[in-house]
Order: sequence, then structure tokens, then C-alpha cells
Amino acid sequence: MTLPAVEFRDIAMRFGDKVALRDINLAITEGSFVVLLGPSGGGKTTLLNILGGFLDPSAGQVLINGKDVTQVPPARRPTTTVFQDYALFPHMSIAGNVAFGLRMRGVPKEEQRQRTQQALDMVGLGHTAKRRIHELSGGQRQRIALARALVVEPSVLLLDEPLGALDLKLRRQMQEELKAIQKRVGTTFVHVTHDQEEAMAIGDVIVVMNDGAIEDVGAPERVYLRPASRFTANFMGDNNLIEGRVVGVTAGGVSVETALGVFAVAGSADVGAQVAVSLRPEHLRPEAAPGCIALGTAEVAESGFFGTHHQATARLANAGTLMKLRLPQKRLVRPGETVTLHADPADMVLITR
Amino acid sequence: MPRPLLTVLRALPVWAYVALLYGFIFLPVGVLVLFSFQGSRVPVPPFNGPSLQWYEAVFADPRMMDALTNSVVVALASSLLSVVLGFLAAYALARHRLPFGGLLQGFLTAPLTVSYLIIAMGLLITFNQLGVPKSLLTVGIGHVVINLPLCFAILYSQMGEHQANVERAARDLGAHEWQVLALITVPMMWPALFASFFLSVTFSWDEFIIAFMVSRFEVTLPVEIWSMLRTGLNPKTNAVGSFVFLISVATVLVLDLVVFRSRKP
Repeated sequence: MTLPAVEFRDIAMRFGDKVALRDINLAITEGSFVVLLGPSGGGKTTLLNILGGFLDPSAGQVLINGKDVTQVPPARRPTTTVFQDYALFPHMSIAGNVAFGLRMRGVPKEEQRQRTQQALDMVGLGHTAKRRIHELSGGQRQRIALARALVVEPSVLLLDEPLGALDLKLRRQMQEELKAIQKRVGTTFVHVTHDQEEAMAIGDVIVVMNDGAIEDVGAPERVYLRPASRFTANFMGDNNLIEGRVVGVTAGGVSVETALGVFAVAGSADVGAQVAVSLRPEHLRPEAAPGCIALGTAEVAESGFFGTHHQATARLANAGTLMKLRLPQKRLVRPGETVTLHADPADMVLITR
Repeated sequence: MPRPLLTVLRALPVWAYVALLYGFIFLPVGVLVLFSFQGSRVPVPPFNGPSLQWYEAVFADPRMMDALTNSVVVALASSLLSVVLGFLAAYALARHRLPFGGLLQGFLTAPLTVSYLIIAMGLLITFNQLGVPKSLLTVGIGHVVINLPLCFAILYSQMGEHQANVERAARDLGAHEWQVLALITVPMMWPALFASFFLSVTFSWDEFIIAFMVSRFEVTLPVEIWSMLRTGLNPKTNAVGSFVFLISVATVLVLDLVVFRSRKP
């Protein structure tokens, strides 16, 4: 087994009496694209700053390629960062910006020139080398920041909400580009964002963080389809969480008693435990289908057209619970209409945390 | 009444007020400059010039020229030192959490509120106690005392959060602390450094009371002018005064030009 590119061991961070991070244990595989995802104040940027060396953790260790770098300053870590505001050097040319890291490493002039040109070509801005920073658009600045950080061939590239300042269309385009560049250079990327769609679009691994702790770690599909906690289930896309109590344990599953009835759900929990059943809006159907069970009739409260689908909320008659629905493009429902909701028990996920 | 005339009449008091105000400010300077070109021996009306004889006299006077050199040396050296010290202090206080940081900052800017006369007396007593002879060096020290707080205040106000991020990026890319200062902070702060240097130069160039009290044989231009005035009015004093004024204006203009130009992206 190879060493992880990055390893956090029992990291804790306190600012005064405020706990920013606690019990962070995480290993990042070399060459992977890891996304730290969470709401603002969740601790993801703090963790990134600890990895970059800009903050000293209150406790714990940071290892990069198996070496303890907890006490190593940013300049001597094999990491570079793409900052949120790009932090380009306004008084230097674009080539001067990109070459800066090579210059600091004492790379010979001619090699500096070649590698700078290669890095600029990689981000599609090879023709801009002589220009000044203020002549560039936001998206172009972002690419220069990326080229500047990658040109020194870091072991780990840190990205601190780099797409936050871009408009939606450009952001989606840059996501694809980031992903493509990461695949090409093979560097480990650690990317911070609060946008869960962005996280799913680019990440090999998503680390969900909330309130200074790691909530969930896994591939996007796993984190979305089988969330490990109530927080993850709600934060990653829309969800219906039905609270309930375990009333029986079966082979490979449990029976959960909820306001909507008793469901047999895969997973394990003790009898009497307070749990929740997660049911994604797209898994609720307005008509019967093979393998599905009926949840009851519901009255549509509101609905809206989102292009690829209809989004609606409907109040269940038996429990009074408001459920979120995501219906196919051609299945139009109107407020006031009554539908019978069905769901496949296989889509129900037991949430114990 | 035709409308244009009415508009002119209404504007009249405004223009009269403006003329009075600017006249009040600039008339003395205007009179000083005018009579520096006086043809006769006394700088009072009637004006019978123009003549450059008094300027010739000033530039031919070795004492004047020595004082001029002294003024230039003191202004440049004390301003340079004020900017360097002010910059380092501002950098330390803006970028690091120091114990008693607020207090240190307060003490650094406090001299701005003290009158030059008090500072001059304090310096005089201190130099006497320490046995430091009065010289150009003590004048220079005095000017650092008054200009350092100014440089610090200007530079500190210009060290923003964005700039701290840019410095962080340089460190992240492998720059040592001195490289961050030399390659990032100083070039980025260039307009502010320039502004504080030139402001210091104009303040030092004009300064009289400290220069008067802590100097003896080597004096600066304002002190030399003062000793000339003691022997009575003379168009030569007008000439040298006009020259001092010209240099001050030129410095401010250079400052304005550079800072103004740098404001544009």
C-alpha cells in the first residue's frame, strides 16, 4: 500500500474559546481530487489553511507524503494554493506572476521561461505572457492563479473556493477545465467549496464538513445516495427526512416506525433507537410502480417548472408532513391536485446520526 | 431684466467671496514673490523691477548656499530614514499580532499631536543631558521625530487585507520573508512610500523651530533666513523665501503627479 499524499491526525483548532476544528482524521490518496464541502463556518477553509501552513493547529499532526510538516512554514511545504481572490501580483506581468515560484526556487532563467510558457499554454493563455494583470477578466485571472500554483509542480494543490467569484456559466466551464487539468497533471487537488453541485461535478472524494468536524467522506455517488448523517442528507441536495424509531431488527435491515407507517429499511440499528429515513424527492412517484409501496395521498401545495424537471411540494393527508417532489418534465401537477405518493423501499436510506 | 445679466449678478457675490478667500491666502505669498524681483534696495512699494539682482545675490552668498545644501541633506536623509522606519513599524503592526500592539501604535502616532515647539524643547534638553553637540545630525534626528509618525500613519493605512493575501501567496510560492518585503510589499506600496517620502521632505524643508533650537553653526535655510530677517527687511530675503516656496510647490506637484497617476489602473 502506498503512502497517502496527505494525512491529518487528530487535528484540532481553537481560536480563543471558539472551537473551529475537532478530531479531524483524514487520509487523502495521491492523485485524487478531494473536495472539502460544507457551509461557511464549517471549518473547511481552516483545514485548508492548516494544510497550506498558514495556520498552526492547536493539536494534531499534518503529514504530506508521510513526512510530518506540522511545523514547516508555507514556503517550504510541497503545497501551493489558488486563493479565493487569486492574490496575483499586480505589479508584475503575467509571465512574471507564473514564473515567481520558479524564481524563488532558483530555477535557471531559460528553464523558467519554458516552464512558464508551458503552464500558460496548459490553461489556454499562452498568448498573454507579456500582458499586465489588470488587462485580464475574472476567469482569466483564475487560470493565471492556477498556472502560477501548478508550474512549481507541487505534491498537493490547494484551491480555496477558487470559482466563487465567477458567474454560473463560467463556473461550470471552469469546473470541467479544472477536472481535465487535474487528470492531465495527476497532482493531488484539495478543493474547498460550499457548492454541493460543484463538489459532485469535480470531486473524486467529497469530505462533508460541518461545525468543525467531518460528517461524511466518500465518492460523490455514495455521499449523495447513502448519506451517513442527517446533516449530509440535507446538505447534499434536497431531501425528505422522515424521523422515526427502530421497532424491530431483521436480517440485514430494521423496521422503522414513522408517522407515515412502518418501513423495512436496509442497515443496522438497535431497537428503540431514534433514526431517520432519507427519501430523495426524485425517488417519490405520483403513481404506483412495481416494487413500490404507497405512502398515502397528498395534496400538492406548490409546483414550479425547472426545465429538466418539475419541483413540487405536497402535504401528506395521513401525517400532515410536507414532502418535496421532483417530477419528470412531462408530468405536470397543479397546486390543489391530489396525488398518491409511492416509493421503492430500496431507495430509502437509514440515517442513524 | 434679460436673464443672462441676472445670472451674472447673482453669481457676483459668489465670485467676490472666492476672490477674497484666495486673496487672503495667497496675497502675502504674491507680495513676497513680487518684491523678490524688486529693483531697489527695499521690498516695499512702489515696485520698480523686474530685476534678478537679489536672486544673484542669494546664489552668490556662500552662507546661503551652505544653508541650502544643509537643508537638502537634512530633508533627504531624515525623510528616507522616516520612511524606512515608518514602513517597518507599519508592516510589523499590520501583519503581526504584537503584545501591546495598540499601545505601541498609539505611542508611534502620538507625536503628531505635540507641538513642534514642545518637541524642540524636549530634544534640546535631551541632547544637553546626553552631551550630544548641536549639529545637522541633531536637526535630522528632530525631523525624524516629527516625520516618522506621519510616514507610519500613511503606510499603516495602506496595508490592507488584500495585500496581506498577496504576500501570503508569495510565501506559499516559496518566498523568504525578505523576498516578500523586497519583491511584493515594497513594489505594491510604492505610491504610499513615495507620498510619505515627499510629504516628509516638504515638512523638513520648511521646518524652523526644531532646526533653530538644536543647531549651532551648521544651519538650514529657514534658520538662515531668520537670522537675515533680524538685520532688517531686504529683497534678498524675499528672493530666498520665494526660492524655498518654489521648491515646496515643486515637491508637492511631483507628489500629486505620481500619486494621481498611480490611482489610475
